[in-house]
Amino acid sequence: MAFDSQYYNVGYLDRLSYQDTFVHRLDPRTKLITTLLFLFTVISFSKYEVAALFPFLLFPAIFLTVGEIPPGFILKKVLLVSPFAIFIGIFNPLLDHGQVAILPGLTLPAGWLSFASILLKFFLTVSMALLLIATTSFPTICHALRRLGLPSIFVSQLLFLYRYIFVLGEEVMRIVRARDMRSYGRKGTEIKVFVRIAGVLFLRTVERAERIYFAMLARGYEGDMPVSKKYHLTTSDLAFALSVIVCLFIFRCYPVTQIIGNFFRGIFS
Amino acid sequence: MSHHIVEFKDVCFRYPDGTEALHNLSFRIIHGESVGIIGANGSGKSTLLLHMNGYLMPTGGTVNIGDLHLTRKTRREIRKKVGIVFQNPDDQLFMPTVYDDVAFGPQNLGMDEEDVQKRVRAALDLVNCYDLINKPPHHLSNGQKSAVAIAAVMAMEPDILAMDEPAANLDPKSRRLLINLLKTFEHSKIIASHDLDLIFDVCKRCIIIREGTVAADGPSQDILTNKILLEENNLELPLSLQRR
Ligand SMILES: Nc1ncnc2c1ncn2[C@@H]1O[C@H](COP(=O)(O)OP(=O)(O)OP(=O)(O)O)[C@@H](O)[C@H]1O
Ligand SMILES: [Mg+2]
Repeated sequence: MAFDSQYYNVGYLDRLSYQDTFVHRLDPRTKLITTLLFLFTVISFSKYEVAALFPFLLFPAIFLTVGEIPPGFILKKVLLVSPFAIFIGIFNPLLDHGQVAILPGLTLPAGWLSFASILLKFFLTVSMALLLIATTSFPTICHALRRLGLPSIFVSQLLFLYRYIFVLGEEVMRIVRARDMRSYGRKGTEIKVFVRIAGVLFLRTVERAERIYFAMLARGYEGDMPVSKKYHLTTSDLAFALSVIVCLFIFRCYPVTQIIGNFFRGIFS
Repeated sequence: MSHHIVEFKDVCFRYPDGTEALHNLSFRIIHGESVGIIGANGSGKSTLLLHMNGYLMPTGGTVNIGDLHLTRKTRREIRKKVGIVFQNPDDQLFMPTVYDDVAFGPQNLGMDEEDVQKRVRAALDLVNCYDLINKPPHHLSNGQKSAVAIAAVMAMEPDILAMDEPAANLDPKSRRLLINLLKTFEHSKIIASHDLDLIFDVCKRCIIIREGTVAADGPSQDILTNKILLEENNLELPLSLQRR
């Protein structure tokens, strides 16, 4: 059943985000901002840059290990969306026939180089975004957005979306199961049945929305979502943010790969 | 704290589709009383509870809560007095984590963060769910959801407590806890349920609803032991009485 497994997959990512590790405990604002900085830094590299991107793999690696996220899960998710990046980059080798010198005496076809660069940037950005979600629960991201000045109404919409996407998911699952149970081997996937199910779901959602609104009124809701101030910036947040920024700066401005390469060449010769 | 009276006078209610769910329903509940509302499926119990703080407005007759007459203007005041626990906990837990959900009411009352935390803690301790404080509701079992929904209402410290099937998803121990909790709640409480043993345990008075109107009203001792009356209303003797 495709729907069930997709649903449980989202649920798994969500469950990961409630672990309790150093990365999970960081203030959501720090994580959000450093991740954004990371994304911009990676994207800012020129289109033929490959070697300088490798040091950035350090960040996802650290998040994975410290945050105790199974690497296989993240890899699978990245692969799932990778056709998109491949599609964008695949014509570069065909269209771009230039040559680029990367080391003295070593030139590579520019097209392939930019293709590799796109793939690498894609991998870095997507895995980092996924890791942010896997180490920061959605509600805390929302709180961070709120504290960073996003309008309350917008943040409440996001919070409700998060809360009820799971309720809705379970509702769909129940309906789909009920259908499968009574369609006796026939697929029961005809368009007519589908339209009916969508209709039922819509009505149930409207009625539910009404009851939720009642429940909110019952508890004093008058149009403004309360903001809780559960999170505080601590020294470990500052230390974390500072070290990330320093690393990003170094990786961006110095050819770290080359320096390390030269260093080892120096040792062995 | 003088009079937490709940009074329904000839209340009629018709849903927009024409179903007449309440018909000339009248009763009066005085301060500190605990009343069980029982009746067959579709007899109008949930509809009745939704009138208690003005989610539904009667299409005929009047509802009085304390010294307030229920109108669109007084609804907001009344909602601060009456806490309702709904039949489906998913409708009631709308915030992304248990903490946020239980804190929602107190925060809306304008309490400061520290007092809010105290209230949340106390309310969750009441239902024995303090460990769940950081979980999102969709990671809870149905029974845990029910318990948290009760905590969320208790955190508002209502004067009158109304519950719709509070024990439906609870395991025996949690059900027992709930019963004890309800016994300690001194203000008026109104409980709609098919769990007649719970009603028998918690409520001194009992009202049977049939087709939207009061079919019987009296001490639980009399009503819940009246086999014929109960069977007329699709109910049966509480299990604890059947064994004798
Ligand atoms: N939203 C609605 N629109 C139209 N009719 C409704 C609606 N909700 C309930 N009814 C009808 O109103 C009547 C009373 O329903 P209500 O939900 O109050 O019953 P109940 O006593 O709570 O039943 P149960 O024991 O099954 O919870 C029923 O006949 C029902 O079909
Ligand atoms: Mg009901």
